[in-house]
Amino acid sequence: MLKKNIIKQLSIFVNNEPGSLASIALVLKECGINLKAFNIAESSGFGVLRAIADDPEGACRVLRERNIVVKQTDVIAVSVEDQPGGLFRIANIMGDAKINIEYAYAYTGRNGPSIFLRVDDPEAAAAAVKRAGMVCLSQKDI
Amino acid sequence: MTFWNEEIETMPADELKKLQLKLLKNQIINVYSHSAFYRKRMDDANVRPEDIKTLDDLRKLPFMYKTDLRDNYPDKLFMLPYQDLVRVHVSSGTTGKPTVVGYTRNDLDNWAESLARGMTSFGMGKNDMLENSHGYGLFTGGLGVHAAGEKIGATVLPTSTGNTNRQIELMLDLPVTTLAGTPSYIFHIADICDQKGVDIRRDTKVRMAIAGGEPWSESMRKKLQDRTGIRIHNCYGASEMSGPMFLECSEQQGLHVWADLCLIEILDQNGEPCKDGERGEMVVTMLKKEAFPLIRYRIGDISRLNWDKCACGRTHPRLDRLSGRTDDMLVVRGINVFPSQIEAVIGEMPFLSAFYHITLNNVNYMDSMVIETELNEEHLTDDMITLSKYRSELSSRLKEVLNIKADIKLVLPGTLQRFEGKSSHVTDNRSWD
Ligand SMILES: [Zn+2]
Repeated sequence: MLKKNIIKQLSIFVNNEPGSLASIALVLKECGINLKAFNIAESSGFGVLRAIADDPEGACRVLRERNIVVKQTDVIAVSVEDQPGGLFRIANIMGDAKINIEYAYAYTGRNGPSIFLRVDDPEAAAAAVKRAGMVCLSQKDI
Repeated sequence: MTFWNEEIETMPADELKKLQLKLLKNQIINVYSHSAFYRKRMDDANVRPEDIKTLDDLRKLPFMYKTDLRDNYPDKLFMLPYQDLVRVHVSSGTTGKPTVVGYTRNDLDNWAESLARGMTSFGMGKNDMLENSHGYGLFTGGLGVHAAGEKIGATVLPTSTGNTNRQIELMLDLPVTTLAGTPSYIFHIADICDQKGVDIRRDTKVRMAIAGGEPWSESMRKKLQDRTGIRIHNCYGASEMSGPMFLECSEQQGLHVWADLCLIEILDQNGEPCKDGERGEMVVTMLKKEAFPLIRYRIGDISRLNWDKCACGRTHPRLDRLSGRTDDMLVVRGINVFPSQIEAVIGEMPFLSAFYHITLNNVNYMDSMVIETELNEEHLTDDMITLSKYRSELSSRLKEVLNIKADIKLVLPGTLQRFEGKSSHVTDNRSWD
């Protein structure tokens, strides 16, 4: 029943070579894929563009056709108040529920600021957020 | 000119060749009666010890290969039981299985004799202090050079590898005259001396060095000599032969290969002997080994041999600087690395595809190795913690197998080029100019 709280994030993988991010950005532009939020992470051999798009399914299909390595990753989005301590509160909730946060990044949309979280157990995380009286956004809220 | 063993070292070439024939005949009889492995190989080739009547008859004898060492792991090649051995060294082999080499007392004596002649040939003696930064332990470099240093009466300082600051401090505080180590390590010592403001000419007594165990060039030697005032003498050997064996004399015109200990053939691509001074594949026969025989061994190095008498007065043939390998063996930081070893480790990792690429660089002559490997589709993740776990798992397993550290780069599935040939797995950007 909490499935609606799971948001599909695109994880777009790019080898660490000069210009590779630019070439991905160009493909996104050419395919009309609009990113609501993103962050970039790097390992020793490649980088990952983690992005929230309007239509993750469609975006995935289009990118794969262009031979881009992309995976869908389950994340949750937690609505936060526009004031200090927002992240702290969420981190505490996850800590109390013994849920590990792999990474997080912020975004401000039409429903105000929220934080995307990648955790080891998204369903349990969404339940913990609700129990603490906070709100998880669904894909259509973004 | 001082000699360690003048009679042997200056024996006319024709007499030396007679001596070689006598020793070869004896060794073949010995090997035929004590090595089940080589007896079978001779029987299969239909050769009997009495067929060896001239030095040319050597070519009737079958070859030994690196794979023979692997297939006979650990000690099936030994010609004597352990109670007759006084030492065993172990070095890494082609695909995980190391090579175990046994020594009798006489084997150790002949090994030290070989290096003692070489050390004397460039002026080392009992007035010298030798700082030996070759690794002590299973590796043959440390103990081999150590024993020869003591044999000629020099004072040996067994610093072993690493801790460069300590090595330099001892060069400054003690009357060290001679260094032994890999060429890149001696270069590194010179670099650190520069950084510390140590002038080797002014502040130390170091004037000679023995350098071996990895490829380098004449121009690298010249640079290092000009910079430090140290005369650097090439060293050649391999654990199968005993360890480091042969050195250059003060002429620095090739390594004196003692013909009464070792017979080196140089063969062309058709297996025919090269003319004196022509480059080809080295095939090694050790003439006096008691525990671990080496007969017509395809050691994999390419060089040339020259029987002209040296200006130093020595008559034994001289071996040129090595100019390549017949196989895909790489020497990285003085350690033998086979791409097949790396391939085997990659095969153990469930998160990797079978593809890999090795890149070698040497900034300031210090080797570094980058291994790119592909994650497979199934294990591709955007979780950096998992990725770094993958990387450290691979890295520590490689360290275990190769004994050196490699930089690991995980790349995306389908990224590395799909090659047919073996050698294409390696890009060697190193230069010793
Ligand atoms: Zn000479």
